[in-house]
Amino acid sequence: MTIQLSHYLLLSAVLFSIGVAGVLTRKNLIVIFMALELMMNAVNLSFVALARYMGDSAGQVIVFFVICVAAAEVAVGLAILIALWRHKGSMHTDALAVMKW
Amino acid sequence: MNVASSLFAQILFVVFALLTVVSAAVVVFSPRIIHSAFGLLFTFCGVAALYVFLYADFLAVTQLLIYVGGILILIIFGLLLTQRVMDSKYFEQSHQRIAAGVLGVVLAGVLFGVVLATPWTQAPRPDTPTTEIIGVSLLTQYLIPFEMASMLLLVALIGAVWLARTKRGHHE
Repeated sequence: MTIQLSHYLLLSAVLFSIGVAGVLTRKNLIVIFMALELMMNAVNLSFVALARYMGDSAGQVIVFFVICVAAAEVAVGLAILIALWRHKGSMHTDALAVMKW
Repeated sequence: MNVASSLFAQILFVVFALLTVVSAAVVVFSPRIIHSAFGLLFTFCGVAALYVFLYADFLAVTQLLIYVGGILILIIFGLLLTQRVMDSKYFEQSHQRIAAGVLGVVLAGVLFGVVLATPWTQAPRPDTPTTEIIGVSLLTQYLIPFEMASMLLLVALIGAVWLARTKRGHHE
């Protein structure tokens, strides 16, 4: 049995589902952040696997852009988290209920 | 002989896949936040190793440089600035475990079904390095997205500094 495209895609599906479960179960914003990064990595992995097995390198270029956007997202997201910490002294999703009706 | 078909490569693939999945589970289910951060380190390294298996040499190095060297360090900094990570009695509980577990399993099942039911046409790329291909296409076909990405990074840099600084007159 050789390593095939479907193995990478199944692995990526498992990673993505773990990330979704993390976003849903955790209430600490930093851990939610880490779970988001997991999901992004899962999608990147399937992009790279498809780029390899479909013989088209466009997938790798897209992953490059995704990594760029992830870096920007982490910088802004952590700045928001630190501002929230200074403001509320907490990092739970419950602290962000200001707009709840 | 194709590298990906040798037994040694298959064993290595399984090892790295297991490393990635197990440490991802640690990230999500560990009650200690610092354990989550270290789990994330191993997940990123495992994904970088899988990129090497896929002959994505440039992306493997980029993954190590940006995710491990940049994003993870930023996350750990944010964690140390805000959380009581050194407090050994400090645990984070997870919530809605059953609902989230059911949803995660259902999602994984749907994705598995799609992957296994689709007849993938496989036309593997020749086993060549991709750095040159990526570089050429970034500066020809994807030139405008490339410049937009640099603008995005500049905007994010300025925005992050503006958001995280202490406002003047609000010093404690």
